[in-house]
Parts: sequence; structure tokens; C-alpha cells
Amino acid sequence: MTHPPDRAADDALDTLIARHQNRPGALLPLLHDVQHALGCVPADAVPRIAAALNLSRAEVHGVVTFYADFRTTPPARRVVKLCLAEACQARGCHATAARLSAATGLAVGETSADNALSLEPIYCLGLCASGPAALVDDAPVARLEGPRLDALIAELSR
Amino acid sequence: MSLRVFVPGDMAAVAVGADRVATALATAARAAGIDLEVVRNGSRGLFTLETLVEVDTPQGRIGYGPVDAADVPGLVAAGLFEGGPHPLRLGDVAALPFFARQTRLTFARAGLTDPLSLPDYRTHGGLKGLEAALALTPAEVVARVKASGLRGRGGAGFPTGIKWETVLAAAGPHKYIVCNADEGDSGTFADRLLMEADPFLLVEGMAIAAHAVGADQGYVYIRSEYPFAIAQMQAAIDLARADGWLGRGFDMEVRVGAGAYVCGEETALLESLEGRRGQVRAKPPLPAHRGLFGRPTVINNVLSLAAVPFILAEGADAYQDYGFGRSRGTMPIQLAGDVVNGGVFEAPFGLTLGELVDDIAGGCASGRPVRAVQVGGPLGAYFPRRLFDTPFDYEAFTARGGLIGHGGVVVFNDTVDLAQQARFAMEFCAAESCGKCTPCRIGSTRGVEVIDRIVAGEARAANIAVLEDLCDTMKLGSLCALGGFTPYPVMSALDHFLEDFGGADVRRAAE
Repeated sequence: MTHPPDRAADDALDTLIARHQNRPGALLPLLHDVQHALGCVPADAVPRIAAALNLSRAEVHGVVTFYADFRTTPPARRVVKLCLAEACQARGCHATAARLSAATGLAVGETSADNALSLEPIYCLGLCASGPAALVDDAPVARLEGPRLDALIAELSR
Repeated sequence: MSLRVFVPGDMAAVAVGADRVATALATAARAAGIDLEVVRNGSRGLFTLETLVEVDTPQGRIGYGPVDAADVPGLVAAGLFEGGPHPLRLGDVAALPFFARQTRLTFARAGLTDPLSLPDYRTHGGLKGLEAALALTPAEVVARVKASGLRGRGGAGFPTGIKWETVLAAAGPHKYIVCNADEGDSGTFADRLLMEADPFLLVEGMAIAAHAVGADQGYVYIRSEYPFAIAQMQAAIDLARADGWLGRGFDMEVRVGAGAYVCGEETALLESLEGRRGQVRAKPPLPAHRGLFGRPTVINNVLSLAAVPFILAEGADAYQDYGFGRSRGTMPIQLAGDVVNGGVFEAPFGLTLGELVDDIAGGCASGRPVRAVQVGGPLGAYFPRRLFDTPFDYEAFTARGGLIGHGGVVVFNDTVDLAQQARFAMEFCAAESCGKCTPCRIGSTRGVEVIDRIVAGEARAANIAVLEDLCDTMKLGSLCALGGFTPYPVMSALDHFLEDFGGADVRRAAE
């Protein structure tokens, strides 16, 4: 079942399961760590997590698919999460989204075919007085318009 | 002795380049042969000024802002390290009107101290509340919190002391304190700022709650969108444990959400903590009786728990003296959206919406007129200018068809289309519904469709009647506030901004 390229991932999963197995309510912390280590929660991790936590595969699958954060495929090499919630709407996030889309050829929610870039929506980063706000590869960016947006677009097209 | 400068390490400051400013200052100081200590404080809470640099001088702390890394060489040349004159010089930040008008009980230390320095925390009044609580019996602590009039700052406004009393009376052995730091409402960031700027205050509040009800374990459930707050709380908990005021009979840990808005609802949050999908539980049983892992549980918002140390340290009366009607104490109000002065403004209840929007927030940053204000997050109502006399108070907002929620005030200029905002409210509800109850799960999707038909001019009058009926069903039939309160933004948009739904004659046609 295990083939060589997956061995490192298998070992990582075993280590993480051992770390979390006996905590109360272990599933979310474990899934976060798995995703951090492997980039996603791969389908073949689900039965092993389920067995270790004495849950059904359906329960684990249900949690993985319920929460927006968990993904089952690796992320794009670069990820821009643009806030589209009300406070950023009031500060012009739709104009920022339109400029990003025009520059990258991606609608919000799309990933480029070569998996180089994803443009994802996010709903509130708590930067509501400094919008439009985004996470660019996990780094927060605010007042994302004018020169700062120009710089981001230039950087993304490199 | 080294010279101290303060450069916020807050997520909102870093998002506009505070790290680069800190590096530029350190470089400039090295070049000038100055022994510089850069303290990464929390933001003071006026984000318009970020990056706000403050210098400790013999005349007190002198602020400069907003500073960009490119401004640093010029500022240093102008004598920044001595508090010298410069167009960005603000002088004493606390004396700026935005801060001078506040009553900071909960945010008293925010921006002043090094957030992870226990000596700083103690010097600025920290731990007085916990010490006072430990000298009292649990019942006495509960009595003080009840007497303070503190109501849940998450939005529901339920008296905190009564919740604690219920958990105190419940049988052990295990009880939990859960802090709801899943601050998902757009336009709110007070929990984030508090956890980043003064994390020990929340640890102290939770330790007091644990003593008051006899809990042995606490969890702070923080949304994953707040990576800085997560790191800061984890560090503060570790330091408090090493210092000995955690870990003796009560310990706590941080748990991280995973991008589900509904987990801000307390029972969905408990499900999530237990490792399940964030689906709302039917009540009863109340969490106070059967909460986390089936045990009696206090679940409070960050701001509720963070208000408690002041109440214990200074007395219930000192807190209860502030406020308006049945809303006692102060509320950290968050001014957001298209505003000149955006940030946390802590004040006693009772300011009017107009004072907040026009005087304190200073109207729209875009220079356009204010057209609508959404108060209380995505589930809050849109207010037109003619309701700006509404005082900031739980009951007054309810009477006007709205809610104060977690205290977020999002200002929109005259380019806003309220029909689209109403549609967004339904769309958001559809995306975030946990799916447990039908009015929320199905009603929200139908709501989007009906609003689209109204805007397209299809049988407007009939479809407005359908929308009103649908909102009624969601309001009365949903299990929790997500489905139950989504009608607030929708109905307020319809009531106050009917013209956006395809012509001023729509309502007449409906009648």
C-alpha cells in the first residue's frame, strides 16, 4: 500500500497522530498540523486519522469538508486571499478584486492552470478600518489600492 | 540606558509595513551610534495612524504617524529620536481627540505596554483583579460581576454574572471556561486587538472566571484568520504558566478555528472544540449545565472576560457607574469601513450613532457623504441618517429594528447599493449556514433568488411580500442567530432604502 514517495508523509502523519491522539477534541488541532506539514489533508490520511481517533471515516471526512480552511489537494505556489466582507466592501474591495482579476486572468475563487497562483475570497481579517485587506502567502496586507496594489500586481506577475 | 521606541507589532500595523519601519529605525540608529530598543507594542487602536512610531523622551512619549519605512531617514534627520519637529509629528498620542474622548477600562493598557512583558503588565495595574478575586469566595466574585451589570459583549447581551452563577451552582468535578474569540463579524476587531495588545488581560479574566465557578480547564477558541492573536495568546499563556498564576488548579490552551463563521455561535463553537463539524446544538440544555464534553461550561466573549479584571480590581460600582439604561459599563466600539478615523473607541454606552459616525469617525475617508451604517456585523441592520439619533445601547437598537452585536460600526458612502448588500447578507448566510435547520439552510438561498427577482423587476410587489414572509420564517424558525438575524440587514435595507430595490414605487405597488 505504501510506496516510496509517500514514506516521508506517512512518517509525518504518524508523528502528528501520536502527538494529538490523547488530547480531548483532537481532530481539529490534528488536521491543522497535518495540513501544515503536508500542504493539505490527503484522502489517504482520512482512514488513518479516523482509526487513530476512534472515529468513522465519514466523521473525519465530514469535518474536513465542513471547514473552509481544510483542503484535500496541495495549494497553489502563491495564494492571495482577498477579504470580500462588508467593511472591505465599503472601502472598495470589489475594485481591488477587479484589478487583481484583470492582471492575473483569474476570477476570485480560481487557481491558475499551472498551479502557480490562487485568488481566494476570505471573510474578514479584522483589518476593517484599513481595507481593502488581504493575506498574501499568509502575510497581512492592508490599504490594498493605489501604489500598494500596483506593487502586489507587479510582484505577482514576475 | 538605551532609547526606547515603540513600533506596533499588531496585525493591522504589520499589514501597512510596520515590520519594515522597525527595521529601518534599527538600521538608522545603528548608523547614528544610538543604542535603540524597539518595543513591538500593540496598536493604540486608531489604525489610520499606523504605522505609529512613539519615542520615549524626557518630555514623555512623542508619536509620529502614519510612518512609512521610506519616511524613516527623513524623520531621523529631523530628530525623531529626541522627539524633534516633523510634519508627521503627533506629539502626545493620548492627547489626540480620538483618544482623549475615550474611557478606556478594558483597553487601558493597549498600545502602552510591551504586550508580553509581565513586569509591564504588573506596573500598569495588571493582576490586581485576580488578586482581589482570590481573596474572595467564588460566590462573592459572582456577586460582584452580577452587581457590575456586565452583559455579554459577544452580542446577545446576557448578564455575565447570571451565567457564572448557573455554572457555580452546577455539579463538578470538571467545569470549563471557554473564551469565544471567533470574532467573525466584518467590521469588528476589538477581540483581535485585545489579544494582540494586552493578552495577559484575557488570561487574567479567564483565571478569575475559573475561580468564580470552580473550573479546572480553559480554552480560547481563536479564528484561524487571526494568526497574530493566536501566537500572542499562546505566548502569554506560556509566560503566565511559567510565572505560576496558571497551572495551579486551572490551566488553559488556545484552540484554532478553521474558517467557519457559524462557530462564533456558542454551541457550534463547543461542537468544533470537541472535534466535530460546527453544527449548532438545540438549547436546552444550556452550556452552563451541559456544555463542553457534557460538562458545565462558562462560554464568554473575549470582551466580557476582559472586562472582569477591572470590575474585581476597582469594584462593581466603578464599572456600573458608566453606561446608559440597562447597558452598564463601557463598550469597545469598532469604527470601520469608509471612515476617516477607523479603530477601537471605548466609551460608556449611550453615545448616539451620529456622534460616533460624524464626530468620532469623522465621516467618510473617501470624502463622499455617509449613506448607510451597518451596526453589529453581517447580521446587523443598516441604518439611514434619519436614525442617527439612536443611542448606542442594547435596548435602543432593538427598538429600532437592529442590534449592537459585538459593537462593529461599518460606514458606507453614497455609492452603496443596499439591494446588493441585502443580497450579500443572504448569500453569506447560505455559504456559512451549518445546515442543521431548514429556515437558514434553504431560506438563505431562496432569499438570494427572491432579491434577484425583485431587482430584475419580476413581479416586484409579490416578490417583496415573499421576501418579507421569508424573513419572518427565518427570524422565528431558525435555531441560532445566523439564520435568525440575517433578516436584520435584509429587512432594514428594504425598509430604509427601498429605492435601491428597483424604484421608489415598489412598496406602494406592494400595498
